[in-house]
Amino acid sequence: MPYPESLKKLIEKVVATRSARVERKKNGQEFPPLKLEEREPVLRNFHPDFIKGTRRSIKIGPSKGYAISNEIVDLLEAKSRVNPYLVNLLDPDFETDVLIIGAGGAGTAAALLAAENGAKVTIATKLRHGDANTMMAEGGIQAADKVGKDSPYYHYLDILGGGHFVNDPELVYTMVKNAPDALRWLEGMGTSFSKYEDGKMKTMHGGGTCRKRMHYAADITGAEIMKTIRDEARNHEDMINVIEFAPAVEIALDDQGRCAGAVLYNLETAEYQFVKAKAVIIATGGSGRLHIQNFMTTNHYGATADGIVMAYRAGVPISFLHTVQYHPTGVVFPEQAEGILITEKFRGAGANVLNIHGEQFVYEREPRDVEAACIIRECSPDGRGNGVPTPTGKFGVWLDSPMIEMLKGEGTVRKEFPGKHILFRRFGIDISVEPMLIHPTLHYQNGGLDINNKCETNVPGLYAAGEVAGGIHGENRLMGNSLLDVIVFGRIAGAQAAEYIREHGESGTGNLDHVKHYNEEVEAAEIDEDRIAPMILPDYSNPEVRKKQLTKDYFGTLS
Amino acid sequence: MTEPSETTVDSLVPIFFMGKRYDVPASLTIQKALEYAGYQHIRGCGCRGGVCGACGTVFRTPGSYKLQVGLACQTVVQPGMHLMILPFYPGNRSSFDIEQMNGTGGELAALYPEIFKCIGCNACSQGCPMDIDVMHYMAQAIRGDLAGVAETSFDCIMCGLCASRCPAEEVQFNVAILARRLNARHGIIRAEHLHERVKEIDSGKFEEPLRNLMNKTTEELKELYKSRESEPQMAEEDWTPEDSRYV
Ligand SMILES: Cc1cc2nc3c(=O)[nH]c(=O)nc-3n(C[C@H](O)[C@H](O)[C@H](O)COP(=O)(O)OP(=O)(O)OC[C@H]3O[C@@H](n4cnc5c(N)ncnc54)[C@H](O)[C@@H]3O)c2cc1C
Ligand code: SF4
Ligand code: SF4
Ligand code: FES
Repeated sequence: MPYPESLKKLIEKVVATRSARVERKKNGQEFPPLKLEEREPVLRNFHPDFIKGTRRSIKIGPSKGYAISNEIVDLLEAKSRVNPYLVNLLDPDFETDVLIIGAGGAGTAAALLAAENGAKVTIATKLRHGDANTMMAEGGIQAADKVGKDSPYYHYLDILGGGHFVNDPELVYTMVKNAPDALRWLEGMGTSFSKYEDGKMKTMHGGGTCRKRMHYAADITGAEIMKTIRDEARNHEDMINVIEFAPAVEIALDDQGRCAGAVLYNLETAEYQFVKAKAVIIATGGSGRLHIQNFMTTNHYGATADGIVMAYRAGVPISFLHTVQYHPTGVVFPEQAEGILITEKFRGAGANVLNIHGEQFVYEREPRDVEAACIIRECSPDGRGNGVPTPTGKFGVWLDSPMIEMLKGEGTVRKEFPGKHILFRRFGIDISVEPMLIHPTLHYQNGGLDINNKCETNVPGLYAAGEVAGGIHGENRLMGNSLLDVIVFGRIAGAQAAEYIREHGESGTGNLDHVKHYNEEVEAAEIDEDRIAPMILPDYSNPEVRKKQLTKDYFGTLS
Repeated sequence: MTEPSETTVDSLVPIFFMGKRYDVPASLTIQKALEYAGYQHIRGCGCRGGVCGACGTVFRTPGSYKLQVGLACQTVVQPGMHLMILPFYPGNRSSFDIEQMNGTGGELAALYPEIFKCIGCNACSQGCPMDIDVMHYMAQAIRGDLAGVAETSFDCIMCGLCASRCPAEEVQFNVAILARRLNARHGIIRAEHLHERVKEIDSGKFEEPLRNLMNKTTEELKELYKSRESEPQMAEEDWTPEDSRYV
C-alpha cells in the first residue's frame, strides 16, 4: 500500500532537510562516525545481543551450560517430533551413498562434488530445491583474486577483524585459500558475474574489506549462483536424486556411533521415512524464522534451525551462536514487505538515515552491529524515542533513497536497484521519489555446529556446511563471506563425504537410541515437556483460527 | 512471532481461494491473506520476498473476463478475486554437458527445438511478474542471440507463469537459463586473474604468510588489522597498494 496521509506528512520533514543534506554530502561533510570508545555503550545498551534476559544456558546436551538466544534453547530443550520407538529403521524407504539435508547453496555444491567423486547422492529438502537463503542473497561474494593488489592474506585479516578475532583460524585459512577456486568453479559452470569487457571480474568494497573483493551478479548474486548450480545438479539426475518437501527430523546412528542416515518427514503424506546412507551432510542453513526477540527477518520461510537441533541430539557441539546478526535496514512499511532486506548498497550510494524530524542521527556507514544499535536507540522509547510510527504500531526510520537521484543523477535508483524499485512500486511507492521506512531485521546466524576444515563433525560420517556451521565468521560475519562459505565448504563436504564412504563403506543398521536418551534427558531436566523440535515451518496462521483447531487426534494428512 | 497479519486494523474483503470464500484484511498480500484465513503454507511459499518463484498465482477479478497472474507474496488481494496458487508447473528440461559445448545458438536450438513454434502472442510477457520481455528473449533465442537472451532474462525467477500461459507449450525459463549459462561460460571472456591466482595458491605462494598470521596473538593481529592499507572507495581498477609483500 502507498504511504498513508500520516506518513506523507512526516515525509515532508525529510524533503525539507534534503537539499541541505545533499549539499553537505557533495562537499564531503559527513555525519560524524562514532569513535571506537563511543560504540561500546551504544552496543551494550541497544544491540539486541546485549539485552538482559534474552539468553539462557542450555540445560542438556553436548554444549550444556552455553548461553544462547532463548528461542534456540527452546528448540534444543525439546523432545523429538517423532516417537523414536515407532520408526522402523530396519526397512529403509530409500538407500543412498551420501544423504544431503538441505538444498540451498551449500547442499547443492556438496551434491555436485560428491557426485563428481563417484558417490550416489540423495538430497532431502524442506521446500523446493533452491528455496533457501542462498536464493535471496543480493550483494555479492568475496574472494581475493585481484593479482597485484589483494591476496588471501588480507582476506584473512579482514575476516578476523570483522569476527572480533575469535574465529577458528583453520576454517578461515581454508576459506580464503579456496575462495578464488570457488569463483572459478562457478564461472566455469556459467554463472553470469558482472565483468569488464576483458573478462575481468568487477569487484567492490563491502563493510570491513580493505580491498575491493566483492564479486557480484548485478543485485541478485545469490539467485544467480543458486539458479546455476541447481541447473547443473539437474544435469546429473542419474547421480543426484532430489526429494522435495521432505525435511529431515532426526539423524540415525549405527551401533558404533557412526552416522547411518536420517528420518524424513513427508510434508504432504505426513509419513516419517528412513533414508539409509553411508554419510550425511547437514546443509540446512540458518534460523531467521525463529524471530529471535520478536525481530522480523530477511530469511526464507524454511530457516528454522532444524539442522542444529538434529545434530545436537546426535552429539555435535555448537559454538558462536551467542551472537546474532541483525541487518540495519529491513523494510518495516508496507507491512506486506516486512523484514525484507534493503541492501547496504543504498547507504553506500549516499542515502542518509533519518529520524521522525527528518534529521540525521547516525553516520550511514557504521559497521552493521553499530548501525543497527543506533537505529534501535533512535526508535526505542527507552532510547531517544524519535522513531517514525507505522500504521501497525511499529517504529522505523527513513532511508532517504531519493537523495541518490540528486547525487548521482535522475534514474539512478531505478537503474542500480531494479529489484527494490519494482518491489516498492508494486505497493504504490516510488523509492526514487519517496524514502523507505526501515528498521533492523534478523539476518544471519553467526555460529552453529562445530566442524573442522574437512567439514567433519565429531560424529563419524556426519558433515556440516554453510550457515548451519559455526566458527568461520567468529562473532560477526562480513557481507559476501557467507556465499563464499557455502560454496567453499559445500564443495569440501561433498568431496570429503565421498572419500569417507570409499574408506568406510556401508554404515551399520541405523537406530534412534540417542533420540530416546535425549528425550529422557529433557524429562530429567524438568523442562516443559510439551515442546517438540525441529520446528520445520513457522506458523503464521491466524491465532483466532488456531483456537478452533480442536481435533483430538489427527489422521491422514493433517498434522 | 512478528510476521502475521494480526495487528492490521483494516477492512475485510472477500476473496475466493479455489472457489471458497474467506474474508481477509484488504491490505494483505495473497500469501498473508491465506495465513490470516488459517492456512499454514506448505507449497507455494519460499522466500516471501519475490525472488524465489515458489508462489505463482492465477486469478480473476470481478467484472473482468481477463485471467491475471502474479506472485502470491507480492500481490495485494483485490475484493472478490478468485485465485489459485500454481506452486509447480511441469516444464520440459533438456540435460547438457556445458564443458562439451561451444555456446552457439544452434546448440540451444538442438536442445529446445520447440522454440521455433513460438507464435509471438506475447502472453508470456504480459504475465511475467518480473516485467521481463519474455517474448523478446524467445525471439532472441530463435535468432541464436544468446547474449541477448542472457541480458533480457537475467532477472527470471523461474516461477513458470510464462509457461503456464503459453499456447505453444514453451518452457521459456529453461531456455533462458541455458542461454545464460552458455553465454557466461563460452560467450564471455574468462577471468584470467582467477586462473592466475589459483595457480599462485596451488604453488604455495601464500602458505607462509597465512600460517604466520594463524600463529599470531590477538594483540598482534589487531595491530596488523588496524594498519591495513585500504583501497580507496573511488580508486580505479589499476590501483596498487604501497606494501606489495603479500599480494
Ligand atoms: C536476504 C539475504 C541476503 C543475503 N545477502 C548476502 C550477500 O550479499 N552475500 C553473502 O555472502 N551472504 C548473504 N546472505 C547470507 C547467505 O545468503 C546465506 O547465509 C547462505 O546462502 C546460506 O546458505 P546455506 O546453503 O547454508 O543455507 P540455505 O541457502 O538457506 O539452504 C538451506 C536449505 O536447507 C533446507 N532445510 C532447512 N531445514 C531442513 C530440514 N530439516 N530438512 C531438509 N532441508 C532443510 C532449506 O529449506 C534450504 O533449502 C544473505 C542472506 C539473506 C537472507
Ligand atoms: S520469465 Fe517466466 S519464469 Fe521467468 S520470471 Fe518471468 S514468468 Fe516467471
Ligand atoms: S506465450 Fe509462448 S507462443 Fe506466446 S510469445 Fe510467449 S513463448 Fe511465444
Ligand atoms: S515466496 Fe518466493 S517469490 Fe513468492
